[in-house]
Amino acid sequence: MDEKGSPRKKSRSISYGKWGYLFIAPFFLAYLVFSLIPLISTFYNSFFERYMVGLDLIGPTFVGLENYYSLFTQGDFSKYLSNTFIIWILGFVPQLLVSLLLAAWFTDLRLRLRASGFFKTVIYMPNLIMAAAFSMLFYTIFADAGPVNSVLMSMGMESPYRFLANIGSTRGLIALMNFLMWYGNTTILLMAAIMGIDPSLFEAAQIDGASSPQIFRQVTLPLIKPILIYVMITSLIGGIQMFDVPQILTNGNGNPNRTSMTLVMYLNKHLFSENFGMGGAVSVILFLISAVLSLIVFYSFTGKMQRGGNKA
Amino acid sequence: MKMHKRILAFAMVSLMLILTITACGSNQTPNAANPAPSSQGGEPSSETPPASASDKTLRIFAWNEEFQSRFNDYFIKPGKLPADIQVEWVITPNENNAYQNKLDAELRNQDSSDNKIDIFLIEADYAAKYVDTDYSLDVKADVGLTDADLKDQYKYTQEIVTNTSGKLKGVTWQATPGLFAYRRSIAKDVLGTDDPAEVQKYLSDWDKFNEIAVKMNAKGYRMLSGYDDSYRTFANNISAPWVDANDVIRVDENMFRWVDQTKDYTDKGYNNKTALWAPEWGADQGPEGKVFGFFYSTWGINFTLLGNSLAVPLAEGGKAEVGNGIYGDYAVCEGPESYYWGGTWICAAKGSDNIDLVREVMLTLTSDAATMKQITLDTEDYTNNQAAMTEIANSDYQSAFLGGQNHIKMFAAAAPNIDMSNISKYDQGMTEEFQKSFKDYFDGNVSREEALENFYTAVIEKYPNLKKPA
Repeated sequence: MDEKGSPRKKSRSISYGKWGYLFIAPFFLAYLVFSLIPLISTFYNSFFERYMVGLDLIGPTFVGLENYYSLFTQGDFSKYLSNTFIIWILGFVPQLLVSLLLAAWFTDLRLRLRASGFFKTVIYMPNLIMAAAFSMLFYTIFADAGPVNSVLMSMGMESPYRFLANIGSTRGLIALMNFLMWYGNTTILLMAAIMGIDPSLFEAAQIDGASSPQIFRQVTLPLIKPILIYVMITSLIGGIQMFDVPQILTNGNGNPNRTSMTLVMYLNKHLFSENFGMGGAVSVILFLISAVLSLIVFYSFTGKMQRGGNKA
Repeated sequence: MKMHKRILAFAMVSLMLILTITACGSNQTPNAANPAPSSQGGEPSSETPPASASDKTLRIFAWNEEFQSRFNDYFIKPGKLPADIQVEWVITPNENNAYQNKLDAELRNQDSSDNKIDIFLIEADYAAKYVDTDYSLDVKADVGLTDADLKDQYKYTQEIVTNTSGKLKGVTWQATPGLFAYRRSIAKDVLGTDDPAEVQKYLSDWDKFNEIAVKMNAKGYRMLSGYDDSYRTFANNISAPWVDANDVIRVDENMFRWVDQTKDYTDKGYNNKTALWAPEWGADQGPEGKVFGFFYSTWGINFTLLGNSLAVPLAEGGKAEVGNGIYGDYAVCEGPESYYWGGTWICAAKGSDNIDLVREVMLTLTSDAATMKQITLDTEDYTNNQAAMTEIANSDYQSAFLGGQNHIKMFAAAAPNIDMSNISKYDQGMTEEFQKSFKDYFDGNVSREEALENFYTAVIEKYPNLKKPA
């Protein structure tokens, strides 16, 4: 341990460092092969014109930034970006609110909820279903002749409500599915955060006469901020990568009028013709957007927390 | 309490496990690229043939089991498959282009592959894509079929797979002229007759067709089921291909006739707003349906329409006979315009090491009059042999499903009218995107111009080489 030991001692000491490197090597190798190299090749490919027309390969021809240029001038990139965010926010806001509420209830010692283990399992379960299967289920349930419409019709509606032919209801359904799939996960994370808070803080607040909402706002919320940031960032990245739910629900069209087409669905559209140039350009922009947004979220939260942490 | 929790958790985990496993199981069965064991007692097909024995393996690419059953019933069963040859089926579903992607990838590696593709199947909508390349062999020069072998096939079935330099690249066992299948009971109620010849008089052109739609509506019926029902009749009668010589997309006037008719029907309630292949569309063809008729080609009538018309499906033990649902209530007439829909062509792959066998398959399944006639008699399908079909058309053949009508006669009359001169390799993509984009217009979400814009956007995403018309 002692670096300044005698020469004799030093020569005999065993360096455990190399074992450490050996043990972390698989991760770095996997990262190199499956993440870093594809990432770099994506950047590289985005500067080429390369696609299939039938069985004929066009290119690859170096075109510089032309793919990026046509992405912003020809495609409706900003439209798909705003679609993605609208749907994400529609699902994330209720998800966070409900999760906070549930987490507060489940961890509240005074409430003494019965069978909370059962409820925790139940709210987590939608997350275990494959997104595609879940999406198929919703597609069937909300079809023009599906069970939801049968119920509505039996309650006196004249003609079926065509959920997937209306912008609001299509986006709403995708948001609802995202909410259902992820609120359980978020609840568990927030519960872990709340349970990590020293109970004496709650007791102290109670003795000082704070009401439950006050305790929640003044004690719980500030102390679970790191986990809130984590939830926020992971959800944001998940939101930007939203694909399978809207893809299956809208049959890959993002209908109506491409208003539920997310960025990754747009990316997927380029796979039909193996258009790696455009696909690469979309991916690179997605990467940049995710990185910038994550940094903004991270710094805007941690900046405040650092100050709070210093004071404490 | 703790014990209960454990039991509960255990129960839930096992339930989920069971669900997961069963879900996977049922998902994989129909999609698996593995061949179904041949029940006809033929050569058992092998899943993993030895890589070196490519010339002893007949490798066939398909997207469903239709050709497989024809192959088993009419090639293996009569003992035409040499005993030392194994058949390997690679079946990939068509959805989202999966079949073409897999086929393309393997065709490009054909030269270096130890396990070469011998036969691959193609559909009319993208036939041109494969016909224009060297990946498909010349049926006459390379495979060895003669003009005498091919003389009874319908001209159009050959034109569609003839490339720009005049080489025939594929053959098919079926011809797919389209007709209008209607409900006899509804025809009687509204038109006063269910006789196909009489009904045809009411539907002989689009103006008359539209007039009948009004009458249908007045009596509480719908003329068509959904948006895409009349699509093929318009799309097959365009005056030029979808894409011109300069790669500019060209939307034919006739396509806008489809758009306008469908919009009109939608707004006035003459259709049921369904989409092709949707469950609601299928239901409209069944006992509960209030829809007068459907545009369907050969395969659609005996496979799809028949299945949908039954109250008790075949899978649940229902029989295809009068009394089950509306079996026997359908009839067919020519309708307002001639058209075709679908069809499967057999192509020989470049580099195939079983050319002799491929020739045998093509001869037996697409040229042999006796086999072709038997296929029609067994399955009610319309096969690609004019002599055999004329024979059945002139016989007293009756289809019980169509109320005793000899629909082969009608197909025989319609088949010579098929014109495939305007087909292009973009047809499948164009059809898909045109139907999708204008669905928003019919639903009232976008204007006609916006729908057209969306169509251009979607098509250029798919085919980056294409250009919007200036």
